[in-house]
Order: sequence, then structure tokens, then C-alpha cells
Amino acid sequence: MPSLQSRINTAADLFRLQETLQQRASSNNRYIAVCGDTGCSAWGSKSVKDVFRDCLEQKGLAGQVGMKFTGCLGLCESGPVVIICPEQIFYQKVQEEDVEEIIDKTVTRGEIIPRLLYQDVLSGETYTYMNEIPFYQKQKRLLMGNNLKIDPNSIEDYLALGGYSATARALTEMTPLEIIDEVKFSKLRGRGGAGFSAGDKWKECYDAVSDRKYIICNADEGDPGAFMDRSLLEGNPHSVLEGLIIGGFAVGAREGMIYVRAEYPTAVVKIKHALHQAEELGLLGENIFGSGFDFQVSISIGAGAFVSGETSALIASIEGRAGEPRQKPPRLAQRGLWGRPTVVNNVESLANIPVILREGEEYRRTGTDKSRGTKIFSLVGKVVNTGLVEVPLGITIREIIEDIGGGIKGGRSFKAVQTGGPSGGCLPEHLLDTPTDFEELNAVGSMMGSGGMIVMDDETCMVDVARYFLRFLQDESCGKCFSCREGINRLLEIIDDIVHGLGTPGHIDLLRELSVVVKDSTLCGLGQTSANPVLSTLQYFEEEYRAHIKDKKCPAGVCKALIHFSIDLEKCTGCGVCKKKCPEEAISGEKKEIHEIDPERCSKCGICLDTCTFDAVLKC
Amino acid sequence: MRQLQEQKASKEQNNNNASNNHSLVTMLHQIQETYNYLPENVLRELAKEKNIPLVDLYRVATFYSLFSLTPKGKHKILTCTGTACHVRGSEKVTEEISRVLGIQPGETTEDGEYSLEAVNCLGACALAPLVVVDEQYHANMTPAQIGALFNGVRKSTCQDKESSHCHCSSVAVGSKEKS
Ligand SMILES: Cc1cc2nc3c(=O)[nH]c(=O)nc-3n(C[C@H](O)[C@H](O)[C@H](O)COP(=O)(O)O)c2cc1C
Ligand code: SF4
Ligand code: SF4
Ligand code: FES
Ligand code: FES
Repeated sequence: MPSLQSRINTAADLFRLQETLQQRASSNNRYIAVCGDTGCSAWGSKSVKDVFRDCLEQKGLAGQVGMKFTGCLGLCESGPVVIICPEQIFYQKVQEEDVEEIIDKTVTRGEIIPRLLYQDVLSGETYTYMNEIPFYQKQKRLLMGNNLKIDPNSIEDYLALGGYSATARALTEMTPLEIIDEVKFSKLRGRGGAGFSAGDKWKECYDAVSDRKYIICNADEGDPGAFMDRSLLEGNPHSVLEGLIIGGFAVGAREGMIYVRAEYPTAVVKIKHALHQAEELGLLGENIFGSGFDFQVSISIGAGAFVSGETSALIASIEGRAGEPRQKPPRLAQRGLWGRPTVVNNVESLANIPVILREGEEYRRTGTDKSRGTKIFSLVGKVVNTGLVEVPLGITIREIIEDIGGGIKGGRSFKAVQTGGPSGGCLPEHLLDTPTDFEELNAVGSMMGSGGMIVMDDETCMVDVARYFLRFLQDESCGKCFSCREGINRLLEIIDDIVHGLGTPGHIDLLRELSVVVKDSTLCGLGQTSANPVLSTLQYFEEEYRAHIKDKKCPAGVCKALIHFSIDLEKCTGCGVCKKKCPEEAISGEKKEIHEIDPERCSKCGICLDTCTFDAVLKC
Repeated sequence: MRQLQEQKASKEQNNNNASNNHSLVTMLHQIQETYNYLPENVLRELAKEKNIPLVDLYRVATFYSLFSLTPKGKHKILTCTGTACHVRGSEKVTEEISRVLGIQPGETTEDGEYSLEAVNCLGACALAPLVVVDEQYHANMTPAQIGALFNGVRKSTCQDKESSHCHCSSVAVGSKEKS
């Protein structure tokens, strides 16, 4: 049996090792998967895992029942998620106290524990197996599906699933041009936002003549509200690494780099570990698979600047300068990192590469004609099932929110969905049947973006959302372009006036006019798309702007200057909870008597509204 | 002409390889890790040692939001202001933390105990709104929970529980304590 310490020198070595590991995995397929990604960790999954391990040990089951501390399993809202394999019995919100019972009943006797099952809020129905849960049914998890079977720290797990076969095939059986053609044929489009053809981009860099080229994996993931890239890196780092090696070989780069945002320390640890394992096995380094191809990968860490996710800015940051975009051309394929031809690919784009080389047929069958494959969305906001969903492109937004997401949280009504991050837009109810397709989303004023999908209900104010994005962009604009730096400021000033009740009817036209100027006269994608959140909210929610301007009202009850808190005389029982909790001492009233809010002192924090159990606090 | 270009390229590469090992951003990360912020004297030394104009160093240090030119508190509090957290009410949560601690995002309490940082996304958006105290994630926060949260922090980190100086049981912490 080839030991893991020994180097893999040829493709045949790899296949032998894969087979051994596959056999080992199938003869020992009873294991407990505990989600160890950030979401479930925040719910305490780490200690749940520890208790499982100790408990298995104590009961003498450690030899028969394995454990995996996996990447994100999707349904982060219900964490800690625990899945009993091979049956894939899905338990949610598992606490330390539940562990022993799970082992005694489910693992040893196959008995289900109903209280830990996923329950649909609307129908009340419970589901035992992972694949039965509506959340997973419409998904197609080509990239994330393996998370359940992989401990991200174990390259063995990845190899047992046929990992690195795509790299072996690319390096030993294909020429760089054949790889590029295959990627082009798959019609893979960049997942980092712009949706540019990955194959075309590789070809451009391949064509550039230079003794040194670079390939960079963009893991800056600056889109607030999105965490697909982090989860891929943390849950299945070798799949991204494979994409990077194959890409390097295809474009002729012997050095790869992963640029990770500093806010993702766990991802950095996981990739470092993965790099180390790949190096030890000879999957990175010199003469990989005896192909004569040398490739090494290093890690570069960001320092908190959204604009540094733009490719030329990212390169400036790696070179140690302020991460500001520069004028293009020269394009990166001509002058990139250290002046050399460079290609930059997003994490998810790269994770698609091994899938395309291994299961090209299946990949091409997925999606629409112009948008192929799957896309991971971070489905968050006011939706019941928040988490990461991977869907075949072309599925409608309604299917994602209603069928997968389970609809709006707390029985409230849907108002808008935001896609495309700070460059994207908000879509209203009547556009929910828009398919997730690059062109179709652009046509309705939003965009695919990197995959953030933020659901908003009737308690979200759309003017406030536009204001939120403008503030974000104001902070993040590098300030190089006058019209970005000042234009965003002016847009924000106008919106600030509107939310403070100082709006005038002329403001709406002014916003539109200014938006066009900023769009047309800025250098990078940040400036060019910075007005999108304003334009799309104006396009679909102009009424809400008018309510702020004309009636001085915020219909969603968000904009502080336009709302007031008071206490309903009929409902107040005089319990005094609000008075105790009010941080401004704005509430007065004797016990068992009706309480009252002093509008002068009230800071509109909303604590009284949240704490009153009699619904007696009014916001209008 | 060609020769000149090659010369230039090779010179560039030399420079690059030097900086390649330790990019400026990486060096600043290391300094911040050691000192908890970027002290002026250390930056001055670095500028001299690496022969980089101090102004360039400051330009990089001030461009990135994670670098701080002032010391940070013992306990680091991150409040997420990303989109997912925003639509679920993070602004009110942040305001309440500010009120309880008596500091705005980016500031440190006078006693050097707490610093508050507003960040754009912590990558656990499904749990919004998110507050992280000393690397411990707190999910689905509401303003009403903040008081109790900081009480807990005080209690669990207080070294001084037995003595009369301990104020663990007081509701609010920070400089603007509520009487
Ligand atoms: C302001 C700005 C920020 C960006 N941030 C990111 C990012 O965080 N991650 C990313 O992959 N792409 C980001 N992009 C897109 C990149 O410029 C680039 O298109 C992408 O990394 C290319 O990879 P792809 O073709 O695989 O999508 C950003 C673009 C702009 C203009
Ligand atoms: S558009 Fe804005 S962010 Fe982009 S380069 Fe110009 S100023 Fe900087
Ligand atoms: S909104 Fe906040 S400040 Fe105003 S009365 Fe209620 S608890 Fe007090
Ligand atoms: S973090 Fe556990 S399911 Fe996403
Ligand atoms: S938006 Fe708050 S964690 Fe992502």
C-alpha cells in the first residue's frame, strides 16, 4: 500500500493511492459529520464535535464510527448541523447535551430523534434525510456536495473522491491549448462578478510571451453579505488548488498566488495546511506527475480594502502598495504582477475547473445556453433558511427564495432581493421570476455579481438600503477619480437629506442625473457601478422615495428622523419592562399603570418595541 | 532599446524579489501583530531600514482599514455592518454597543479595555447581525441583548472577581457608565 508519505511521481501513482483510499473509505463508511464552518462554529459546533469524539471513545465506538469536522453544509441558519452517514440523517441545532442520545439511539440502533429533525415552518412537516429537505431539493451541489465527505484538513478524503485526477489528466494527457479549449467549450464564466469567459482570459495570457507569468486566485471576497469563496476555501481547499495548478499549466505560469482577505483567518490556516499537504505529496513543486511542469503557490493577505478586489488593485496590494486600480490597458495579460503577464481568477471560478475536466458533460448540461454550470449564492437577510445554496444557473430567483429559502422570515411579506453586492441592484416582487442568468439579470438592472443574495421584507427601507451602499462605497472608494470620490459623496448627501425629512421633489431627478455622471466618468468597476443601488431602488421603489420626500414618512419604519415611538394605551399593562430596559430613561409610568414615552429623550433604539410582550409599543 | 528594456526588467525583478519575500503589507501585518497597532517609532525605523520614504509607508498604512495607528484595547469587539447584517438591524446593535461602551467604531475606551471596530462582513452572514467579542461569535444580536453580552464579557474576563474593585455586576461598562 503506498503510504501517504511517499511522493506521487506519476499519474499511475495517484490512481493507485486513490484506489486504496477509496477502498478504505467504503469499508469504513459509517461516520458522523459535524459542520465546522464559521456559521456552525458560532453556534458552538466545535464543542459538539469534541463531545462526540470523547463519547465515541468512551463507548468504544471510535474504531467503527468515524468523525469529520466538515466545511459548510449549507443550512447555516440551523447550526450546529450534524449529519449521520452513510444514511445522511440530518440533525439541526445539535447541542452538547444531545450527543450521547444521538450515539445511543441513532448511531447504534438507527433510531431517529424527532426533536432534532429539520421542520418546515409553513407545513410543519419534518424531514429525516438530508436530500428530502426542500432546502436541498432544487440545489445542484457540484462544488459544495463533497463538503459532506471531506474533512478539509485531510487530503486523503479529497483523494478518495478522485481528487487531483483532473490535474493528472491536464498535466499528462493534455496540452495547454487543449485545456483552454475545453474550458472555453464549457462556457465557464468568471464567478467574481463580471462574468467574463474564463477560457478567453486564459488564452490571452497563454498568448503573451514572457519567461515568467503568474496566476492569482482572488479570494478577497469583498462583497458584504457573501461568503461563498470563504466556504469553498475552508470546506474544500484542494478543489480550488487544483483549479489553480491547471490554470497555471494552461497559461504557462509556474507561480500561483492566493490573495485572501485578512478577515478570513481560518481560511488562511486551511489553505496553508492544504498547500503543505500537496507539497508533501509532490502535487505542488517540481515536475508534477513527471510532466516536467513545476508549480508553486504562495499566499498573500489583504488588509481590509474592498477596492483591492479589483484585479489591478489586487496586484498593487500584493506588490506592497496601496491597493488602488490603475488604468487599463495595458491589460493584465500584458502587464500584471511585477510587470509580467498575469491572470486573475475568482475562487469559485477555479473550483469549477476540476469539475469541468472530470465531468464536463454533466457541467455543460447544467444551466442556460449562455450561463452554464452552477452558482453558489449566499442566501441571507429576511429569509427562513439562510445559508449557502448552489443551484443550476437559470433557476428563477423565486425558486431560490421560496422553494429553497422557505420564504420570508416571521410571516412578513417580501419586498425586494438584492444581488450583485454594492455594484448590483434590488429587484421587486414582479421580477422574481427572472432566471439567474448573467444577461437576464443585467437586463432588469441588477447583476449576478459574486453571489450575495440578500432578501428584504416590508420592514426594510429601500432608501436606507441605497444609503447603506453609498456609505459603504464612500468608505471604500480609493479616491483616485474625482467623480467617484465626490460623486458618491454628493449622492449620499442627497439621500441623507431625504432620510432626514429634508428631501425636495427635485432630488429624485438630481439623483438620476448625478448617477449617470458618476457611471460614465470613473476608472474602475467600483465607480462605474456605484450608482446602481440608487438607480435600481429608484426604478422599482420610487414611491418609497416620494413617501420620504412628500409625506415625510418612512413606510418601513426604519429612518429614525421620520419615525416615532409611543405606547398603546389600550394594550399597556404597566409591567414596566420597557421602562427598565430603555437606555435613555425616556419611559415613565408607575407599576401597573399606563406608561409613556418622552419623545425628547427617546433615541429610537427600538429596545422597548423588542422587549414589550404585550405588543403595546407602537412605531409609526 | 531592447537591451535597455531587458536591463530594466532585470532590475525590476531584483527589486521585486527583494520585496517579494516580505511585501510591505505583510510587514505591516507583522508589526501590528506584535504591537497591536502600528507605533510611529517602529514605522520610522522600518522606513529607514528598508529605504522607503516614510510618506509611502504611511500611505499604505492608512489606505487599509485593518491597520491602526493608535493602540487597540485589550478586548476587541467587531460589529458587522455588512449588507446581510444591516438589513437585519445591525445599525441599532452598533449604536447600542457604542452607547454602552461610550465609544464610536474605530475608538478605544479610555481605560484601554475595549476597542470597537465596524467591519464590512465577517463571512457568517447567515447568522446576522453578528458581533464578535475576542474572537467569540455572537449570532442574531439585538440591541436588547447587548447589555447582557458585555456583562458576560466583564465577568468572564475579570481577574479581580474577589476584590472590592470588581464591578462585574454593573449593567454597563466603559466610560459612560449608567448610574
Ligand atoms: C471594486 C471591485 C472589487 C472586486 N472585488 C472582487 C473580489 O473580492 N473577489 C473577486 O473574485 N472579484 C472581485 N472583483 C472582480 C475582479 O476584478 C475580477 O473580475 C475577478 O476576480 C476575475 O475573476 P473571474 O473572471 O474568475 O471572475 C472586484 C471588482 C471590482 C471592480
Ligand atoms: S472609480 Fe473610484 S474606486 Fe475606482 S479607481 Fe476611480 S476613485 Fe478609485
Ligand atoms: S425606542 Fe429606545 S430610547 Fe426610545 S423609548 Fe424605546 S427603549 Fe427608550
Ligand atoms: S456553517 Fe454549518 S451549515 Fe453553513
Ligand atoms: S454581512 Fe455581516 S457577516 Fe456578512
